[in-house]
This record gives sequence, C-alpha cells and structure tokens, in this order.
Amino acid sequence: MKNPFENLDKVLEHRVRLQIMSVLIANDSYDFSSLKEMLAVTDGNLATHMKALEKEKYITVSKSFIDRKPSTKYKATERGRNAFRKHIDALETVVKQQKQ
Amino acid sequence: MKEVKEYEKDLASIRTMMERSAKFISLSGLSGVLAGVYALAGAVIAYFITYYPVSPFQYRIYSIQEPDKLWKLLVLASAVLLASIATGLWLSIRKARLHGVKLWNATSKSLLLNISIPLVAGGIFILALLYNGHFGIAAPASLIFYGLALIQGSSNTYDEVRYLGISEIALGLIASFFAGFGLLFWALGFGVLHIVYGAIMYNKYDR
Repeated sequence: MKNPFENLDKVLEHRVRLQIMSVLIANDSYDFSSLKEMLAVTDGNLATHMKALEKEKYITVSKSFIDRKPSTKYKATERGRNAFRKHIDALETVVKQQKQ
Repeated sequence: MKEVKEYEKDLASIRTMMERSAKFISLSGLSGVLAGVYALAGAVIAYFITYYPVSPFQYRIYSIQEPDKLWKLLVLASAVLLASIATGLWLSIRKARLHGVKLWNATSKSLLLNISIPLVAGGIFILALLYNGHFGIAAPASLIFYGLALIQGSSNTYDEVRYLGISEIALGLIASFFAGFGLLFWALGFGVLHIVYGAIMYNKYDR
C-alpha cells in the first residue's frame, strides 16, 4: 500500500503556512495587516512564511498605496489552490488510516 | 514527521481560519430580535398616527397626505432605524471582544460595502416614489431592497441572513399588490421576521 504521508505537501506542513492558504482560499484577496491579526503572529514571522509561499508560486503579491500608506495584498494562485486541495486530501487519508 | 494528533489539529485550524476570515461572526442574533421589537413598537405608534381608529387589518383607502403626519412618521422611522443600528453595533462590539477579533476588519468592510449598494439605491428610489406621490408602494419597496441587501451581504456572514433576505423580498412582492396594507406588511417584515430569524441565529451561534 502507498504511504499517504508522501502526498503531504512539504511547504504546507507548517501550520502557519496552512492557515495563510486557508484564509486566501476562503477570500478573494487579503492584506498583510489583516492576515497578521487573523493569525496572531509577528510581522517577521508572517513575512518569512509569505516569502516561502511566494517562492513556491502558491500566492501572488500586489503592492499599492491606500491613503499614502503601503498596502500589500495577497491572492492564492491556481497552483496554490491545487496544492492546498491535495494537501487536505492527504491529511484526511492520514487521519483516517490511523483511526482504523 | 508529525503526530497524527497534529494533523487533526491542522484540519481543524483550516476550518476555523476559513470561517473566521470569510464570515462576519460578530453579528449577534440578539440584535435581530431587538431590532424586531423596536420595529413592532414603531409600527404600533405609527398605527395610532395614521390609521386609528380604523382597524389595522382593514384596507385604508386614503394614503397619508398631510405633511404634519408625514413628518411624525419620518421622525419615528429614523428613531427605530437609529435604535436598531446602535443596538446591533453595541452587541457586535461585545461579541467581537468575546471572540478576540477586531470588529473593523477586511470582512466587515466588504460586508458593509456589499449591503450599502442596494440600500442606497433603494433609499433613493423610495425618495423618488414619495416625491411622485406613490406612498402606497414605498413600504413594499423598502422590504424588497432590504431583502436584496441582506442577500448581497449574506456571503460574508451566517446563512440565515440569506433566508431572511429571501423572506423579506417575497413579503415585499406580496405587499406591493396590497398597497393599502403597507404598515401591516412592514411590521411583519421588519418586526416579526427579524424576531424569528434573530432567535434562530441566537440559539444556533450565541449560546
């Protein structure tokens, strides 16, 4: 039998990254400060994880100015959505197998 | 490799993150119930201003034309609206604090924008109706536009809001064929329906 752990996404195994992707999939787009509030993490911590997700091309970043303040918006890419879906499926399989 | 318990926690956290970020969970069912009570109280006062001594279930042939009565009704309607908004805001602030989330976030901003489009359009349209002397269908129009606003906003909050919106639209459409019964339908839509759906939401999410 195939090992279901192999299907887990290495990038999404970190809980904060998984939570970021959850927010970006449930919403059209989300900005940095709202994400920080939602996840209750520090600036630096969140920035590191956003960079990692960006590097994998799971998310896209767009920067703009609102009332002369910089605002960074994130969106999940199609690639990110697929990876997220696969990762959840794998998580469910892992949990189900262990329960048997 | 992580423990299976950790994977279960991962799955649970996906769920909470998705709900928390996309839905305005600070909305309290109790504010719906109270808004309904204010609306009913307002409707009773309005009845004494306009219909009395004719029974509220009887067809009223003459619509209100005297400016004196119109002003009284306008003040009354504004008082009901302000009391409902103030109560809703106060209860939402309380619930947000309880959940440890901010009231003014990306979700509540998009909720406010979504509902304000049909509300503003409806408000201007009703002013145009009153301006042209079509008093009879002003109340049904307010029910229909309010229902549209609720449906528009429901993607950002609980599902019950969507059903409330559909009920308001249906009631508004029925009311538009019975122009003389505006106040009765208005009391049903803003009073009774708010109390019913508010109670359902309170039982489901607030306890």
